[in-house]
Amino acid sequence: MTGWTRHKGTAVALPLENVDTDQLIPARFMSAPRSEGYGSYLLHDLGHDENGEVIADFPLNRHPDASVLVARRNFGCGSSREAAVYALVDHGICTVIAPSFGDIFAANAINNGLLPARVDADALEAVIGALGASGGEAEIDVESGTIRIAGHELSFHLQEEQRNKLANGWDDIDLTQSHEDVIGAFKHDYGERVPWARPSAAKNFAT
Amino acid sequence: MSAAIRPATLFDKVWDRHVILTAAGGRALLFVDRHFVHEGSHHAFAKIAGKGLKVAEPGLTFGVVDHYAPTRGPLSAAAADIQRMVRTVEDNARLHGFECFGLEDPRQGIVHVAGPEQGLTLPGLVINCGDSHTSTHGAFGALAFGIGATEVAHVLATQTIWQNRPKRMRISVEGELGPGVSAKDVALNWIARLGADGAQGHAVEYAGSTVRGLSMEGRMTLCNLSIEGGARCGMVAPDATTIAYLKGRPRAPQGADFERAAEDWMTLVSDEDAVFDREVTLDGRDIAPIVTWGTSPEEALPVTETVPDPARLPLEKQEAAREALDYMGLVPGRPLSGTPIDMVFIGSCTNARIEDLRSAASVLQGREARVKGIVSPGSHLVKQQAEQEGLDRIFVSAGLEWVSSGCSMCVGMNGDTVPAGQRCASTTNRNFKGRQGRGARTHLMSPAMVAAAAVAGEITDVRPMLEGRS
Repeated sequence: MTGWTRHKGTAVALPLENVDTDQLIPARFMSAPRSEGYGSYLLHDLGHDENGEVIADFPLNRHPDASVLVARRNFGCGSSREAAVYALVDHGICTVIAPSFGDIFAANAINNGLLPARVDADALEAVIGALGASGGEAEIDVESGTIRIAGHELSFHLQEEQRNKLANGWDDIDLTQSHEDVIGAFKHDYGERVPWARPSAAKNFAT
Repeated sequence: MSAAIRPATLFDKVWDRHVILTAAGGRALLFVDRHFVHEGSHHAFAKIAGKGLKVAEPGLTFGVVDHYAPTRGPLSAAAADIQRMVRTVEDNARLHGFECFGLEDPRQGIVHVAGPEQGLTLPGLVINCGDSHTSTHGAFGALAFGIGATEVAHVLATQTIWQNRPKRMRISVEGELGPGVSAKDVALNWIARLGADGAQGHAVEYAGSTVRGLSMEGRMTLCNLSIEGGARCGMVAPDATTIAYLKGRPRAPQGADFERAAEDWMTLVSDEDAVFDREVTLDGRDIAPIVTWGTSPEEALPVTETVPDPARLPLEKQEAAREALDYMGLVPGRPLSGTPIDMVFIGSCTNARIEDLRSAASVLQGREARVKGIVSPGSHLVKQQAEQEGLDRIFVSAGLEWVSSGCSMCVGMNGDTVPAGQRCASTTNRNFKGRQGRGARTHLMSPAMVAAAAVAGEITDVRPMLEGRS
């Protein structure tokens, strides 16, 4: 995965609270391999009617080129399905701006190069008002934690390692494996301190 | 143990035991004692395969078939993608050499039912699974939380996970619950009060006499729903109830080892003067049976209330409430009780343990359901026990379908779905739009309340139906 620190693109408002991961990607699509691309599943049931026809008025259908999504509180709540992030990323979204995010979603986002930009709720309401249905231009700077959008400026905070992961596209597995010795020593020590922690051998299954 | 820093919360005690190292930014690398995987973990297995890696600790990794498990027929009759999903986790288990509770295994069940049932879930452990309801295992005083596929791949490859230490929050519930009121109602009560993001960024410890009085099944329901309030995890300190549940479980420590372990477990309590970032207290005696009316678990009210009028809600809630009522087909001001339903579902990692089935059966005994519905026990062993107790016959005589165990109609991945526009009284955990099937209308409630709704054919207060019954 390649990292990024600056982005300029079209922002669109999806002014909903609690956009959960079941809406971001309905469960019935989740058996597909990632290689097939998840972009067309993004918010599928909000953007299509029951016959599968595209609802022209849905924000992402109005602005299919949008790369920045603006939403209300608790975006990405619910299931831990990383497929919700895959759907956003594969659709071309690189940043979601909201007052708050589900914890697991936010971690999944960072692991896939998607910025979950947590911003002040009141400032965001002004942005949602300014964007309206027409969308607008957004400029994101990961290093400084600032967003220019629809004539407003917003700020967001990332922890250092989140910023590093986004900027460099780092994978934690490589980092962790570099600590192999420390992990080995811990496991030895832990096994002595907490001998009961390993499961007993399999025996009768009935309880 | 490492030098104890006093005073400490239960969460801190478990966390501190597992810290391998702390990085400059404060992020900690934790050791993982149990890693549960399921069909949905296929992305993570593909990731480690792509890097040429093997599972680091197959002895601490356990597979289950639950999300796609067919409940009403053999796998061979299921759709091709369902068969592939089930076979993939079983194949990965063989390839990497870890145990898998596959469809044919007597231990098969929903991961958050089967894990505790086998004694794989123990106090003081760090437990991960690529499923948000992993918070369930916190009922034992474990630090258990759901993770995404990238993190699942990381745990598979290293048996460790990077985490920022969350804030601590304590939810204390005091007093005896009324008849017909259960852990489900306690959970929906706090979520309705604090919001679906009320505990975001926090590790929640449940305390107080009401929680102490809950069985392990009740505590699992309570901790299971922590994620619906946005919490990173939910925990209950181990006590005599915990120890009694664990004793003799197949994979728990045995004999003298168990006694030594139990001694250690009993130290896993928050110190008296431990400080929490946030404290919330609820009166258990005030809690009534709760039902959800909207499309977020926070949109919940006592069954005695009326459908809310969006115009009377706080400004920021109005739009969401209007949209939710439109989706749910409900009219503001009408009593919740009396809302006709089309079907019921009793199942899921939230409410499909033996106690839940007993509770639903106690309402259904000698009565008939006016609507169709299915009952899916949380595990094969729960199914067996329920059949020994004759509960299956109560459900079947009432007109409900008694099926095999799996996630089933909670998430609809196996094809068990609620048809569009139909209203389902459900013991599950999410009333999200489309969760139980496209256009499905879900009302979350306790097993007893779902049973009552089945009998009445509409949402109704279960309490009058319990009069004269034990």
